[in-house]
Amino acid sequence: MTDFSQSSEATPTAKPKSESLFKMDARTKKRNAAETRFKFYGIVAIGIGLLMLVVLVTNIVTAGTGAFQQSFLDLNVELKADKLDKKGNRNIEDIKKVSTFGYAPLIASALESEVEKLGIQSGLTPKEMGKILSKAAQAELRNFVIANPGKIGETVSFRFLVNSRVDGYMKGRVSRESIANDKGISVEQLDFVDQLRNAGVLYKAFNPDFIFGTDASDQRPEAAGIGVAMLGSLFMMFVVLALALPIGVAASIYLEEFAPQNRLTDIIEVNISNLAAVPSIVFGILGLAVFINYMHLPTSAPLVGGLVLTLMTLPTIIISTRASLKAVPPSIRDAALGVGASKMQAVFHHVLPLAAPGILTGTIIGLAQALGETAPLLLIGMVGFIASNAPDGVVAGFLSPNSAMPAQIYEWSKRADPAFYERAWGGIIILLIFLVTMNTIAVILRRRFERRW
Amino acid sequence: MSFVKLSASALAIAAVSATTATARDQVQVAGSSTVLPYASIVAEAFGENFDFPTPVVESGGSSAGLKRFCEGVGENTIDVANASRQIREKEIKACADAGVTDIIEVQIGYDGIVFASDINGNSFEFTPEDWYNALSAQIVVDGQLVDNPNKTWADVNPAFPAQPIAAFIPGTKHGTREVFEDKVILAGCEHLGDFDAYLAAAEGDNDKAKKKAAEKACIALRTDGVSVDIDGDYTETLARIDSNKDGIGVFGLAFYENNTDKLQVATMSGIVPSTESIATGEYPVSRPLFFYVKKAHIGVIPGLKEYAEFFVADEIAGPDGPLAEYGLVSDPELVKVQEAVANETVLGGGS
Repeated sequence: MTDFSQSSEATPTAKPKSESLFKMDARTKKRNAAETRFKFYGIVAIGIGLLMLVVLVTNIVTAGTGAFQQSFLDLNVELKADKLDKKGNRNIEDIKKVSTFGYAPLIASALESEVEKLGIQSGLTPKEMGKILSKAAQAELRNFVIANPGKIGETVSFRFLVNSRVDGYMKGRVSRESIANDKGISVEQLDFVDQLRNAGVLYKAFNPDFIFGTDASDQRPEAAGIGVAMLGSLFMMFVVLALALPIGVAASIYLEEFAPQNRLTDIIEVNISNLAAVPSIVFGILGLAVFINYMHLPTSAPLVGGLVLTLMTLPTIIISTRASLKAVPPSIRDAALGVGASKMQAVFHHVLPLAAPGILTGTIIGLAQALGETAPLLLIGMVGFIASNAPDGVVAGFLSPNSAMPAQIYEWSKRADPAFYERAWGGIIILLIFLVTMNTIAVILRRRFERRW
Repeated sequence: MSFVKLSASALAIAAVSATTATARDQVQVAGSSTVLPYASIVAEAFGENFDFPTPVVESGGSSAGLKRFCEGVGENTIDVANASRQIREKEIKACADAGVTDIIEVQIGYDGIVFASDINGNSFEFTPEDWYNALSAQIVVDGQLVDNPNKTWADVNPAFPAQPIAAFIPGTKHGTREVFEDKVILAGCEHLGDFDAYLAAAEGDNDKAKKKAAEKACIALRTDGVSVDIDGDYTETLARIDSNKDGIGVFGLAFYENNTDKLQVATMSGIVPSTESIATGEYPVSRPLFFYVKKAHIGVIPGLKEYAEFFVADEIAGPDGPLAEYGLVSDPELVKVQEAVANETVLGGGS
């Protein structure tokens, strides 16, 4: 490339020297062609990557957005005193004796009178009509009555969830053909649903309970939400942040600034890098053995989950912190030491503040990684029907059984009712929003505060 | 310096809270993934109707659940183990070794196991013999034990279409596998008379050992890829059938009933599986479901006895309860079960 004449002499087939430099010879053409090809490969590779991303995102969005909407039915329920409070003394203990099953006829008769008012002829019995509602409706009604015993005897209007099959019909997932063998719902009930929809009392609406609510059993997918699992994830991240950041930063400052360079520190260094590559399930087994079986911490608790994820995140934080400490030029340290600062002062007053953006970025990326982790949680009992109690306080948040967002998604994807599948995708959307936000914050921090030397 | 303070206070909080963690106030359940949906329905209703918090139900399989159950007595061990099979002698012994002596066995009802294929594919009417001939490692042809030569269902039974055999059956960690082996493969093997051929070929010191070896040979499944073990859940089996339209999978009745738009069910010995045909015993492939309660925890863990009683109450486990609606076949002798729970009758007699 450097010497045109030399290269042309080396190849016997080269054109004579008199040829213009502006005219390309065969070798230049070949090299240029290779370069063009390489660029093309690069573009193809990026294109494939982008295509995958687009396919993934469209898939997630189309499959998951349905979970954010739910079908509701407006209903005026007469809270009949003779059913709910037989003794008539409004004693809360007596009212509590009526179980959720006792509320089902109340709802069915409310629906019957509503249907009469709307002038709908369905030919269904009140019980069959009541079946289009979610089982969660009974619980909602009972909770309302217990919270407001004074309302007994009055007619109160409610917005109830409908059953997952009816919701699936409203969303186009269930059709008259697909329920041919289904025992849960009949074609007549779907006709009834159509009539209610035309009357405007049955409609689809945004469902905040999916984002803030608790998990629900296999029988009522329509009522399941990811809120409590989100809290579980949050408490785990607190534990990770409170433990992994100080320990990781302290370890890397010592290794980078104070520790002598010898075989021992080399071994430690290699092992930290190895630790970063250990599969996360291994940390789960470790957590089960150490934290639960040996230390007797409670199972399924976010505290234990956080401890396990701390072990997983530590190497990531140590590696990124060391890299950002290394990036601070030695002249800063020398200058500080030169004006009489102790080594510790030099590190904490000058080096650490300059390395802080890098440390924070590494920490956020480590946290994002921990947030999306499921495998270790399987072993410490955070997968199952768990996220059904919202923790009542900070200590309970750490110690009472809870799930985590990815564990909840995994659990939903295993359940039989297809409606849970939609919720699993909805959960993925929420989880992805968290991850993208965290990574964006990391990028912004790096852009804004990182100094190049 | 604030890092140091932060981490010190975090550790202190962790330590303090760990010591206050001794009083657990919710029931903890683990075990069979078949029982999990029922247990979660009960747990949810229990949390709604009682002042106790909703119990925590984990899955993981019958064996894993019973293993955790038998780890010992105390707040850090589970209170209830769900199982899709009866507890084994070995497990009772392991429990006793760890100090778990008084175990209350509760049978909640029956669960049917169904064979289902893609909704648009061929329909089948199976007998246990068909499944034995399709999946056993060795079958008897002309009086000789030979490696299973059948490639399509038509080879198994001329009445079937020539569809390649592709079976997705539960892996060995599932309790369902045991039922499949016992009630389908072994039944087919014995019914065909192949059992005698195995018995003749079996090695053993005495008749009992020979019989055991023959049974084992009966239920040994072929390993040439025709039968695929699914270690995950039924959703995985469903996904497999989705991608291989020739596949036939083993499901729980409740799972099938939730996915009737994608699956068609095969009859067994001419009987269509349903809660009714299973309750009457006509449909042959069913098994009882259980949960086991640690008696030592009753009175210590608030709500444990109430949970057990609520689980088998008529309004829950009865023929019109939510469990039956979801696919559980109600136990006709539920009254006896309720009595046993109320009296805290433990395994092996005594109270």
